[in-house]
Amino acid sequence: MALLQHSLLLQHRPLHTNIFRTKTKTRGAMLRSRMAPLTVALFGLKEPPYKLDALEPFMSRRTLEFHWGKHHRGYVDNLNKQIEGNELEGFTLEELIKVTYNNGNPMPAFNNAAQVWNHDLFWECMEPEGGGDCTGMIQEFIERDFGSYNNFVEEFKQAATTQFGSGWVWLVVKDSKLAVEKSTNALNPLIWGHIPLLTIDVWEHGYYIDYQNRRADYVSAFMDNLVSWDAVNARFGRAQAFANLREPIIPEL
Amino acid sequence: MAMVAFVGKKVGGIGVAFRRGCQCRKIQSFSLPELPYEYSALEPVISGEIMSLHHQKHHQAYVTNYNKALEQLEEASAKRNAEAIVSLQSAIKFNGGGHINHSIFWKNLTPVKEGGGEPPKGALAKAIDTQFGSLNAVIEKMNAGGAALQGSGWVWLGLNKDLKSLMVETTQNQDPLLTKGLLPLLGIDVWEHAYYLQYKNVRPDYLKNIWKVMNWKYAEEIFEKEVNP
Repeated sequence: MALLQHSLLLQHRPLHTNIFRTKTKTRGAMLRSRMAPLTVALFGLKEPPYKLDALEPFMSRRTLEFHWGKHHRGYVDNLNKQIEGNELEGFTLEELIKVTYNNGNPMPAFNNAAQVWNHDLFWECMEPEGGGDCTGMIQEFIERDFGSYNNFVEEFKQAATTQFGSGWVWLVVKDSKLAVEKSTNALNPLIWGHIPLLTIDVWEHGYYIDYQNRRADYVSAFMDNLVSWDAVNARFGRAQAFANLREPIIPEL
Repeated sequence: MAMVAFVGKKVGGIGVAFRRGCQCRKIQSFSLPELPYEYSALEPVISGEIMSLHHQKHHQAYVTNYNKALEQLEEASAKRNAEAIVSLQSAIKFNGGGHINHSIFWKNLTPVKEGGGEPPKGALAKAIDTQFGSLNAVIEKMNAGGAALQGSGWVWLGLNKDLKSLMVETTQNQDPLLTKGLLPLLGIDVWEHAYYLQYKNVRPDYLKNIWKVMNWKYAEEIFEKEVNP
């Protein structure tokens, strides 16, 4: 079987500090499990956790109908077409992103896989009547790593307005600290080994209906009215299981 | 009738400005070129709303930021700040490229009643037939390239000046075609702002329709000037 010689299998080496890595298996076990008939599912379009008009007036129902209903749906459908019946089937979405990124020489399916993941996170990060000052667990770390919530917002907005062309802006855990990053087109911080907590889509299709060319206004509306700090804190909590964000507290014996 | 609002002179106007301290210097200041037709003139292919936003907001922003970056470059050069000079390059390429590309784009389009959509004639038509087989073939190729482009960019019909050969190429973001060593004959903006309000996510429909207002005469002129100087 050509599958056995496929270079993909040889890449399932243990990766260092990779929180999303697959369980490491011996090569024999990998090959045996690939030979057995697999039940695989294709990817589905995840609904945003709110009605399509719930984010008005900051993000209109019309935008959601196109952005989620056409663009995001298109990425899912096209990804499924690209992976059905070949060796890319059967991975989780995060595994698929890593595999198709192919260490910087991306395969055609990378774009769709990453965009599906990015949009899933984007809808999750928003809520009706959200936004404003951060709350919860993350507050202490925003203040530690940015100085203040307002500094964080400034840096986030600056990144969003200086991302030339299409892309995304992220709040991530990177090197044990919170940081703001920006990426081009479909790229996301998973491929750099960082842990994304919050994202905003700065592809023009994300804001053109509501804000036309005014990207800065869109980002302000997002920060002030849409960010779900509950969702961000949930991700942050999970991230703490995989990254040390502060010096360990060693109890006195 | 849409108002054609514009700022001042044609492209490449050189302004004379007085700096603090009254030193008279020639500062290169670029300005937004006029559109050779009304905003609504390309309807129903491209709506007046898109044309007005595209010209007055997007292109103007490129011009404004290009001038700003060039000013900063002058200051950095005067202070011999090597790091600042290098770090300004991406803003110059992006905004300058945006200005160059859009200046060509407005001339690439023309209303139907002024010949928009009429197929090319003369030397360019012959070259297209020889090198691509037919006009439809080159249009197909450009549409395919434009539709497949990830993110933001342009699809071009360009001329390799040395080989005198036509090429279909794409560029990312606002990279001008000269970065690929080709002279632009026709360019199609496939940034989402160029079509979203009308065509939404269906970029292929925009690409199919834009040929109805394509100004092949402009491409013929550029081609003939290069090939028969």
